[in-house]
Amino acid sequence: MTDQSLPPENSTEQERKASWMLLFFAWLIAVTSMLGSLFFSEVMGVTPCVLCWYQRIAMYPLVFILPMGMFPMDEKVAHFIIPLPILGGLVALYHVALTWGLIPENMQPCTQGIPCSETTIELLGFLTIPLMSLASFILIAGLLIRIIKRDS
Amino acid sequence: MKQKTIFISTLAVLALVFGGGVWYYNQVQTDKHKGQAAANLSILFRQDMPSKGNTNAKVRIVEFLDPGCETCARFHPLIEHLMNEYPGKLKVFIRYLPVHKGSDHMVKILEASRKQGKFWETLEMMFASQPEWASHTNPQPFKIWNYLGNVDGLDLEKLRRDINAPGIDQIIQRDFKDAAGLKVTKTPTFFVNGRPLPRFGYEPLHDLIAEELSNTH
Repeated sequence: MTDQSLPPENSTEQERKASWMLLFFAWLIAVTSMLGSLFFSEVMGVTPCVLCWYQRIAMYPLVFILPMGMFPMDEKVAHFIIPLPILGGLVALYHVALTWGLIPENMQPCTQGIPCSETTIELLGFLTIPLMSLASFILIAGLLIRIIKRDS
Repeated sequence: MKQKTIFISTLAVLALVFGGGVWYYNQVQTDKHKGQAAANLSILFRQDMPSKGNTNAKVRIVEFLDPGCETCARFHPLIEHLMNEYPGKLKVFIRYLPVHKGSDHMVKILEASRKQGKFWETLEMMFASQPEWASHTNPQPFKIWNYLGNVDGLDLEKLRRDINAPGIDQIIQRDFKDAAGLKVTKTPTFFVNGRPLPRFGYEPLHDLIAEELSNTH
């Protein structure tokens, strides 16, 4: 069923605006995560462990590449960048499993005195850094998948 | 609202929140450090630490250092610079945090050199020759012996006997324990009259010294 009162260009214009907002929110989550992680490491002096670095590698490029798909608007950016939040999310999932003790300590890959299983920051009693990271990656991946589905 | 306006105003808000957060956090930390300084003093100053400067100086600096740490080597001349800027007003004490591979051997040499009154000369020689023996991938601490001969008046035979003196291991253990108590994990770490630097660097150290000088004179 098509709505006769709306000309087709108008509805695609609406859709593009909606997709832009999805990209914007994905970017907002990424930039907040980046600034938050930089605050923890550079201001509060919490040394990032190896797994944190892998998650940063997946998160920081989103902050710079997503805007390239927003100005000018190009939905394809979602398609190109979706591997980053998925891989980052997997690392975060592994990291959360470590901090919750679901994976035994001797399996963790960290050396140089910064164990990844150690919890240094806990907000509201349960929100650890890897958990926040996992939530960010899931939200970003979800937003991008909505754009990809809409586009195809 | 135009998309560009949304984007740019969001950026501005985020920058403000981040900057404000940094300012607020540093403010809170500075107040906390002032309160902690007195408690720090008893752990910071132990018997028989290597030191230089005026014994009666009111501003006393403690440096946790690692002979194998590059930043410690690069920072060392700046300490000299500060001593010259405030002649007779500073005293510097050294604590060990030998976290690099092979650095414990260096601490043994330093402690042995103290028996000959050559601590500072030996430390300077270690820093000068550091690239030769302190590679991160392949540290070769014994190479330092090629350079110790260049320290004027250092008796190498006596040094070789003294590095195995029983007290040295205890000093290293004590310093590790005190560093943990003071939450010192990086080298170099400085305390000025018990107060840690708000952030690492020459400027913060210089400012804290100037502040303590005006507080105590």
